Amino acid sequence: MITLEHVSFRYPSGLLALNNIDLNIQGGDFVAIMGENGAGKTTLAKQMNGLLKPSQGRVLVDDQDTKKVSVAQLARKVGLVFQNPDHLLFSETVKDEVAFGLKNFGYQPEVVEKQVERTLEALGLTEYKDTSPFLLSGGERKRVALASILASEPDYLILDEPTIGQDYLQKERLRNFILQLYSQGKAVVMITHDVEFVAESNPKVILLSKGEIVATGSADSVLSKDELVTRVSLVKPQMSRLFGTLSRYGLPRDVVDVHRARMLLEEKLSEAKATVP
Amino acid sequence: MSRASREIIVARNLGFKYAGAKKPAIQEIDLSIGEKEFILLTGPSGCGKTSLCRCLNGLIPNFYQGEWTGELMVGGLDVTTQPTSELSREVGYVFQNPENQLFALNVEKDIAFGPENLGLTRGEIRARVDEAMRVTSTGPLKELAPYELSGGQQQRVALAGVLAMKPNIIVLDEPTSFLDPRTAEEVMQAADNLRKELGLTILVVEHRLDLVARYAERIVVMDAGRIVADGNLEQILDEKFDTLEALGVGVPRVSLLWSMLRTDGLVKGRVPTHVEDAASALSSMMTD
Amino acid sequence: MLTPALLFASVWVMIILLAFQIPLLFMGRVARRWALSLRAGIFLSALIFVVNYFTGSIFSAIALTLRFLVLLTAFSLFFMTTSPDDLGLALDRIGAVRWLSRKWLGYPNALSFTFTTAVRLVPTLAVDAQTVVDAQRSRGLELDKGNLFRRIRNYIPILIPLLLIAIRRSLELAEALESRGFPGKEGRTSLFQLKLKASDYAVISVSAVAILLSIWVFLHYKVPVF
Repeated sequence: MITLEHVSFRYPSGLLALNNIDLNIQGGDFVAIMGENGAGKTTLAKQMNGLLKPSQGRVLVDDQDTKKVSVAQLARKVGLVFQNPDHLLFSETVKDEVAFGLKNFGYQPEVVEKQVERTLEALGLTEYKDTSPFLLSGGERKRVALASILASEPDYLILDEPTIGQDYLQKERLRNFILQLYSQGKAVVMITHDVEFVAESNPKVILLSKGEIVATGSADSVLSKDELVTRVSLVKPQMSRLFGTLSRYGLPRDVVDVHRARMLLEEKLSEAKATVP
Repeated sequence: MSRASREIIVARNLGFKYAGAKKPAIQEIDLSIGEKEFILLTGPSGCGKTSLCRCLNGLIPNFYQGEWTGELMVGGLDVTTQPTSELSREVGYVFQNPENQLFALNVEKDIAFGPENLGLTRGEIRARVDEAMRVTSTGPLKELAPYELSGGQQQRVALAGVLAMKPNIIVLDEPTSFLDPRTAEEVMQAADNLRKELGLTILVVEHRLDLVARYAERIVVMDAGRIVADGNLEQILDEKFDTLEALGVGVPRVSLLWSMLRTDGLVKGRVPTHVEDAASALSSMMTD
Repeated sequence: MLTPALLFASVWVMIILLAFQIPLLFMGRVARRWALSLRAGIFLSALIFVVNYFTGSIFSAIALTLRFLVLLTAFSLFFMTTSPDDLGLALDRIGAVRWLSRKWLGYPNALSFTFTTAVRLVPTLAVDAQTVVDAQRSRGLELDKGNLFRRIRNYIPILIPLLLIAIRRSLELAEALESRGFPGKEGRTSLFQLKLKASDYAVISVSAVAILLSIWVFLHYKVPVF
């Protein structure tokens, strides 16, 4: 379990980036952290793997205080995938890139090799294993970056804006992959602006604004509230905007995902048809 | 679609293969775009959208080397014989990453940068900069440095910068990828405003149709370097819905919902392209 | 300021120079930022003091430490009150710079443009560097592990991405430059121009007199350390 207790964080410049955050993340959780630019989302992620230490309060990863363990030790448990793969890819081949973390953690060569193979397989990258990461497309490089973190099988996975620049099919694949991970008992935390992706993936949503948590709840309860969504510079998902209008016909407001919308409307429209003489 | 108006971009059998690449990035492109059109160019990753845009302002073949086939006229100029600096008077290009397209150390100087290259008089440059700042509402930012701006402000400044070149066409290549949804909306509105107020032709490359569907009346869909659909946005969404889904184009969720309900036999008629459309269509079918 | 500071290693000269500089810091409204750079310079001042104390006398140690502070303040004054943009414009006005630029790089604004772009990229690349370090530490990289040789090797995963990002940024910048008509066919017009005002001429004259006076004193008198 990752526990944040009254965590505040101030950058050396004096900016208060996080203010009194309380948060629990455990195996099987799927959480989306959303908020305006500069709300403190990435700062929060960096607290979870020890890159930043709280100015006040404390962060516990499996009961260990992050102030007392090194980032390298925490990185085995908490995998943080950065937004832009350009910030971490440097190896000659995809295989070496994925092995980098495992070698840092001191695994035996046989284990490294086995884990690399497994991870490449799981992410559909096996055919590129001897290719240079720099010859791959943006979407593929993002997957290599993800693989390089997943290879050491962290219990907690944090993804920073995983859908940026991805087309719809790539997002669909990512969604399925996340689903697989948290149903295996891993925790997945994603930082994102992508309201439609969140609406269809149905994680627990944490809204962050100016360094404070302003709302926590299911995607349909949080993303269908005008005042919350506006406050963090998001827009409501299309379904929620539609059902905002349709609510005057007795339909619920808190609908964000297209499949639930379909079921509700099927019911309503069949009813309407039946009452028409 | 304004087929009747003067054609400003005409491509015939256009193709391009980057030096060293195995396959052509774009091929057999036939496209004609009229004045004052607002066009959405979309397709899956790697389909050749960006390459096509690069042809429009001459980055291909001037900046990127490779094999060129067919012909492309932009504003009456043959792209293959004009330097990019000359084409920049015709086509303004806003890139995806706002950080890498602002050069000067403050906003006003950045907007002046383009016109300064054109060898205009100081008075003319002043007038263009002021006009560009007015239309994009960037005046209040003029003393700030690029890194002091938010992503949305940076993109508006980039828009002002190309506007000051007085182009007839503005290409925006995934201009909102790094922005939050509300700011993305603002950038799209700013682009739409340019067409309304100045009569410019706007071409937006975007994965997320829901963001642009409200403004664009025409959609061009690419796959594997070719154009696979081109026409009125509402019509294409309606008739080629399954093709678009299969290509991985993120169709607006309300369109998807409608098409599902239509399959169920519960609704009839054209797929709506945005929320207001869908809401009024569904409302009319409701009995309290 | 620089000329007398470099010519004379005297405690009194340094104190007089500092006495001139400090009001200028307040006039230029950079006193706070100067104080910050001073804090960064404390370690170096201490080092200079200690080294000179053991190799020379207490007075030469004080004089040389003060000299360091005078130089630091002079550079702070210049770079904190002169915007890099103005400096770029000024470079652009210098005939020799334009001539060299045309000769080496093909057109007269190239050097001054390179200068402003370099300055403009510094904050961006600093952020990139921090992100790369964070990203690699998140993959278990420990920079300060192992012997000297190993430690140097630890920096490879930092330097390669950083280099590639810098190249990528420059290429994108180049594309954007082309798209805005750079460098243009005829001569470039600059919207903003620097004009020398009466006060500028006054500063230039005072500086020139001070420099000549210093040289004259240096050649004719021997100024004691204390």
